[in-house]
Amino acid sequence: MLVTDLGPPLLRLDGVRCRYGAQTVLDGIDLTVPAGDFTGIVGPSGSGKTTLLRTLLGAVEPVAGTVERRDGLRIGYVPQVETINWSFPVTVAEVVLMARPQRVLRPWPSAQDKADVAHVLRRLGILDLADRHIRALSGGQQQRVFIARALLGQPELLIMDEPTSGVDVRTRHEIIHLLAELNGDGLAMVLSTHDLNGIATHLPNIVCLNRSIKGRGAPRDVLTSEVLEATYGAPMDVLEHAGMPIVVDRPLDWADIGRGRSTAHELAPHPHAHLRDATVERGA
Amino acid sequence: MGEWLLEPLSYAFVRNALVVCTIGGALCGLLGVYVTLKGMSYIGHGLSHAIFGGAAVCAAVGLNFFLGAGLWGLASGLAVARVTRRRTIGSDAAIGVITTASFAFGIVLLGLFARVKQSIEATLFGSVLGVSTTDVLVIVGVTLATIVVVVAFYRPLLFTTFDTEVAELSGVRTARIEALLMLLLCGAILASMRVLGVTLIAAALVIPPVVARMLTSSFATMLWLSSLIGAVGGFVGMYLSYHLDVSSGATIVLVEFAAFVVVYAATGPARVRRRNRALDRGHGAVVSGDGPALPGEKVTNLLP
Repeated sequence: MLVTDLGPPLLRLDGVRCRYGAQTVLDGIDLTVPAGDFTGIVGPSGSGKTTLLRTLLGAVEPVAGTVERRDGLRIGYVPQVETINWSFPVTVAEVVLMARPQRVLRPWPSAQDKADVAHVLRRLGILDLADRHIRALSGGQQQRVFIARALLGQPELLIMDEPTSGVDVRTRHEIIHLLAELNGDGLAMVLSTHDLNGIATHLPNIVCLNRSIKGRGAPRDVLTSEVLEATYGAPMDVLEHAGMPIVVDRPLDWADIGRGRSTAHELAPHPHAHLRDATVERGA
Repeated sequence: MGEWLLEPLSYAFVRNALVVCTIGGALCGLLGVYVTLKGMSYIGHGLSHAIFGGAAVCAAVGLNFFLGAGLWGLASGLAVARVTRRRTIGSDAAIGVITTASFAFGIVLLGLFARVKQSIEATLFGSVLGVSTTDVLVIVGVTLATIVVVVAFYRPLLFTTFDTEVAELSGVRTARIEALLMLLLCGAILASMRVLGVTLIAAALVIPPVVARMLTSSFATMLWLSSLIGAVGGFVGMYLSYHLDVSSGATIVLVEFAAFVVVYAATGPARVRRRNRALDRGHGAVVSGDGPALPGEKVTNLLP
């Protein structure tokens, strides 16, 4: 489906199963990443999102199934900024240059290195911050630094782990805007996110994951109560706002909980049920 | 003053010790940057104790100290790295288990072989007595090898220290880089252990980089600054050791600690003032996540 729309595949997973010890983390994963793709992987904690990203990167070997990569595929990786040691004494330029292989006995950057770093920092609008310590940046600027490091290798596919985790609304908007620009320039992207409304609903494609793929496609087709419940194991409702699906938790009825009906499935329908039904029907 | 400086130099062992302390201080300062930034400050303490076990074995069976204790220390370091990679065990716990076991082994040997005791005591607390030309050659050799490795693998070492997981994903052979770092660390501890002592060498690895970190936010600057602080600490500490007739390891550590206190006092309030000024100007310095956004940012709906 996506392959024919967007171009030849960069990556293809077929029947992939991954395990950590005896625990199966991913099972029966079929996923194709075409050129120019922009896909978000959503799912609860422990659903296998990070394992799937690591499988795409080649850092996790599946115990079953196949992973095919286009010959010479260049992949960039952007980690969660929450995992970064912000006290580490490095400047923006030093972080970006880190990933560039070093010439023997020449630790200092070559003229080409400097030009390439300047180019990628200018592209991301942070050239004037090159000599700043990474901690002395705003959240959006910090994320740009690590995207710049990934872009220095001129990747065709950018894989990002929770790019908006722990950032405020303004920074999230900034990051979405940046990713849209990069994707518009032809860079394929796969990212994981917990943020359904802030990120996932803005993306062209999403994959709902909980050990196996529960749904995939455009957000308005995939974000249905049925798919979300299969993914998250809890009832969630989908409203519509300005043409976009908005996912909301079903409100808890404290009176029912007090009577011992504590499971979410037993709770009464909430006031927006008619909107939810309408959205599901349209999506179908 | 001139006599204070020149009189000790009339003894060959003091000249040798001065060279070993100065170069050893610089070497520990250089490697200490990687150790502290990786959050493994305890490794120096642990490895020196592990090497103590090796030194005891060497003394007991008559093996060459540098060869036997070096191999012992390297094996312990690699064991720590391997155990740490199993994520259920933290690096601090791995260091605690493996290196203290090695130290305990050395203590047992002390009890079983009484003749070992004398040479081991000097190893524990550091001594300038008997520092030979061989010790000088060893520390010069280890330092040159360390400089070559740090220059040749500058970026992989930096990347691995900064973010091991992403470095691995980016094609850096982090296990080899970490093993190399451990090898250098063993060499540095072994070469400087005679003058610094098993129980005090950890401070020589940790204090100089900590002082340097308070003075700079650049990794490259921190490398040479930490080396310089270590070298000065070794040089001054050695002189004090001679004139006060106390353990060389203790005086070196106390000189470095004095530098820490001075720099801490000097930079603490100044940093606060700088930060406050920056915040007053609205630059959002030292703020993560809520700083100023770039101009022209909008929410983008990517739906087709």
